Amino acid sequence: MYQHTRLNSDQNLFQKIKNLDYILLICIIILSSLSFFIMYSTDGGEFLYHTKSHLTKLIAFFILMLVISFFNIKFWHWCSYFLYGSIILLLIWVSIYGMTVSGSQRWINLYFLVLQPSELMKIGIILCLAKYYHRVSVEKINSFISISVALTIILIPIIFVISQPDLGTSILIATSGLIILWLGGVKIKYFFVSFVAFLISLPFIITYLEPYQKLRILTFLDPDRDPLGAGYQIIQSKIAIGSGGFSGKGFLQGTQSYLEFLPEKHTDFIFTLFSEEFGFIGSIGLLLLYTIIILRIIQIGAISRSSFARLFCFGFAFAIFIYITVNLSMVLGLLPIVGSPLPIMSYGGSSMLATMIGFGIVMSAKVHNQQTIA
Amino acid sequence: MIKGNFGIRKSDIINRRMFIIGTAKLIIFGGLIARLFSLQINNNKKYLTLSDKNRIREWKLPPTRGNITDYFGNIIAGNLKVYQLHIIPEQVENFNYLLSRLKFILKLSSKRVEKIKKKSKQLKPWESLIVSENLSWDEFSKINNYLYELVGVKPVMTISRDYPFSDIYTHVLGYVSQPSEDDILANEVIQQKFVPGIKVGKLGLEKTLENDLIGVNDIQRYEVNAYGKRINQLEYQKGKQGSKIRITLDTEVQKLSAELLAGKAGSISVMDIYTGEMIAMYSSPSYNPNSFLFGISQDEWQLIRNNPLKPLINKTLSGLYSPGSTIKPIVALSALENGIIDTKFKVRCKGKMELYGQTFHCWKEKGHGYVSLKNAMKQSCDTYFYEVARKLGVDRLKITADKFGLGKKVLGEYFENEKAGQFPDTKWKINKLGKGWVLGETLITGIGQGYTQTTPIQLCLMTAQIANGGYKIEPKILTDDNQLTSEQVKKAMQDSKLNNSYDPLYDDQRNIRIVQEAMFSSTNELRGTSYKSRIEDPKYQFAGKTGTSQVKRISKRERELDLKTFEIPYEQRDHALYVAFGPYKSPRYAVSIIVEHGGSGSSAAAPMAKELFKLIVDRHEYRKQLPDYKEFNI
Repeated sequence: MYQHTRLNSDQNLFQKIKNLDYILLICIIILSSLSFFIMYSTDGGEFLYHTKSHLTKLIAFFILMLVISFFNIKFWHWCSYFLYGSIILLLIWVSIYGMTVSGSQRWINLYFLVLQPSELMKIGIILCLAKYYHRVSVEKINSFISISVALTIILIPIIFVISQPDLGTSILIATSGLIILWLGGVKIKYFFVSFVAFLISLPFIITYLEPYQKLRILTFLDPDRDPLGAGYQIIQSKIAIGSGGFSGKGFLQGTQSYLEFLPEKHTDFIFTLFSEEFGFIGSIGLLLLYTIIILRIIQIGAISRSSFARLFCFGFAFAIFIYITVNLSMVLGLLPIVGSPLPIMSYGGSSMLATMIGFGIVMSAKVHNQQTIA
Repeated sequence: MIKGNFGIRKSDIINRRMFIIGTAKLIIFGGLIARLFSLQINNNKKYLTLSDKNRIREWKLPPTRGNITDYFGNIIAGNLKVYQLHIIPEQVENFNYLLSRLKFILKLSSKRVEKIKKKSKQLKPWESLIVSENLSWDEFSKINNYLYELVGVKPVMTISRDYPFSDIYTHVLGYVSQPSEDDILANEVIQQKFVPGIKVGKLGLEKTLENDLIGVNDIQRYEVNAYGKRINQLEYQKGKQGSKIRITLDTEVQKLSAELLAGKAGSISVMDIYTGEMIAMYSSPSYNPNSFLFGISQDEWQLIRNNPLKPLINKTLSGLYSPGSTIKPIVALSALENGIIDTKFKVRCKGKMELYGQTFHCWKEKGHGYVSLKNAMKQSCDTYFYEVARKLGVDRLKITADKFGLGKKVLGEYFENEKAGQFPDTKWKINKLGKGWVLGETLITGIGQGYTQTTPIQLCLMTAQIANGGYKIEPKILTDDNQLTSEQVKKAMQDSKLNNSYDPLYDDQRNIRIVQEAMFSSTNELRGTSYKSRIEDPKYQFAGKTGTSQVKRISKRERELDLKTFEIPYEQRDHALYVAFGPYKSPRYAVSIIVEHGGSGSSAAAPMAKELFKLIVDRHEYRKQLPDYKEFNI
């Protein structure tokens, strides 16, 4: 054990490769393959644009993840604030020069990739707050200043994202941030009080929502009120999932998606297609795979010596959990439709990039799990 | 070291809090799985149905109508292959160019092209547009020659109604055509089976038996995408041709009837006096039902509509005529039954009769002298029947007339346009006209004039029931072996079976014999009104009664002029009637003939009966050979 510690400080590349977490790695590879096949299915069983693009990104970002994992966790600790700051700058850039698609200004066109900085912020906020709580001493955690700083860190990106407008992502960013506050040790009482305050102010918040957002909530409450309009997606999604049954309609046999009844089947509704073709068994399998990934990340966090690594792993595990929950609840008709991709599975470079970076840092924490950070 | 301690404490906090949310995660994932279970396992059927509803679209094709055959199985309403031209707009590159090519090849009129253009705008691009419903073989092969340059054009072979005997069955069968909105609203079966291009019965049996004839649609099931575009055909479900209907008419007799009445307005009905089966039922003039299949042209329609002989009216069922002297067998029977007269009772005919200052003329100005029932019937002496009617009274006469089916619909369940006519009595006049009955009206009722209105088929039924020995029969037009579903018709068929119980309509059957003999003498004895039309061969020999029904009252001046029929304007000429039954030795068939404005019954109508009986009796031999033939001996 001690010997290990000593070696850890300066491992060579071979040792680092040996120390990679292979359970997590295999899970990620399985997930990536699944996502490739399912993307192939959305293209109607042909090797078309979405499949090609998705495959390229999978390979590129998977390599990126490995590269990240070879950097010492200390390095990631060191540059956390810097990364956070850079993403904030990107958000500012987007709000001025960003691409506008269907009314939202969220994207930067990098030609090889259309970058959505708000997706990166999902990781950035975890990194930044993990570092922050790593550094704050236990006594000061519940001090006014410390909580204020933490909340500010969360609020700045949220203001940008919400004004894009992108309610879904901003909620996810906020949740990821708040979870670090929770893990960092902010009093449960505060969470409880602010939750009650949130509930009370909810009606007022709703009055400030954009009409399309209100519509989504109304549609969620009763999808049948406008079955061909706003409720169409959720109804068709439920039909697709429900008709999948126990074992599904079979690979490439999903009629709902093949016949184009499913909108946004590449992105937010990818689970619908998966569930239609592979049924209850397949869906449980996918959930199981995600659960293994989450548990493995938590485990890596638990064996990490530094609070930064631990906070990051726990936070990231929780964030993945939240993404999955929000996405599945949405396609299963349990939550209103908010744009929220399913990690790795959904088509979309930024989301995959962010997730892979997250995996990379977790992997780095594993490789360097004996690393202490002052 | 101190920092390190804090670090350990901090990781405790983190671990503890992680444990709390870890539990929360499990619960939430459990919830998601429960939801998946509810959607995919519990409600799988519901969503599968919804998914199939989404993706499967059915296209119904017009069903094939059932055939209608005559008694001997000859198809009288069948189906014919027709060639049609469809355009599938989504496959067409240049619609206007295509139309101009078609216009050239098929020689379409500009008006027709405009219509097609208009129609194409109402269709979805994948729905086919019918350019021509009925192409001739020449046009069809021409299109096939040009097909390589006509992208999006589809020559289609389909099935259409066909009436091979053209106009001789029109009034019985009716015809089919495109359903109107009312047709669709009135009939649920049509509603279910409706597809563009379907044809439904508009008249006659085609309409009455619609639900049996219509058949079951062929169904094509396609998988469609979210935009309704057909992706591939999943299934072709063959429909079912409608039920075959067999009717009791004999095409040969029907044809002869049409020949006999050619160029005249009138009707011929022939009935089996035991089974009530109609052997012929022809109303003249008729029209060609095939003209209506693809929409009749305006010119042709006007020609039919404005024909003064009124081809659109089914005279057999809806033509109302005074029965004239054909009523006399009933008057005689009624008087005999009520004991007013016997065979020896005689009246002296002086050519006219005075009653309360009014003169009632016999057709023979010089009078018949002393006449008994037999002679009065033979020579159709009006004075005799004036006297008998006076003694009998109209109310007693009506009871007998009712029994024999006058003033009542005969085939009402099958033909919605049938008329009931009327046989008056004192009560009827008070109710209807608010005036009391006068004796003079009884007199003219006794010779079939006045308020009495009968249809040719009623006279046929009346004659049949006298001929069969005075038993009640229920006329029918469908054979008993038809398997029908329509409630209304089924009930009518059952009724006819039940009612053919041969209830006697007489009190004393000898009276029926007396009337039969009197009718026999009218045709077969010298000076009988239809003596000239007799057949002496006992195989064909028949008995009958002529009738001449006045269309207008004969003025004194006209009586003096004694004009010949051709000298009177057409609309004022008398209707010629004749009722008969035969063969006399063992009667089987009854006939009623009416020639509108034909003049006297003996000269215009009776000769037709001679021709008819020759054929009917011969045809009887063929009927005998069929399995459902029944011998009667009552």
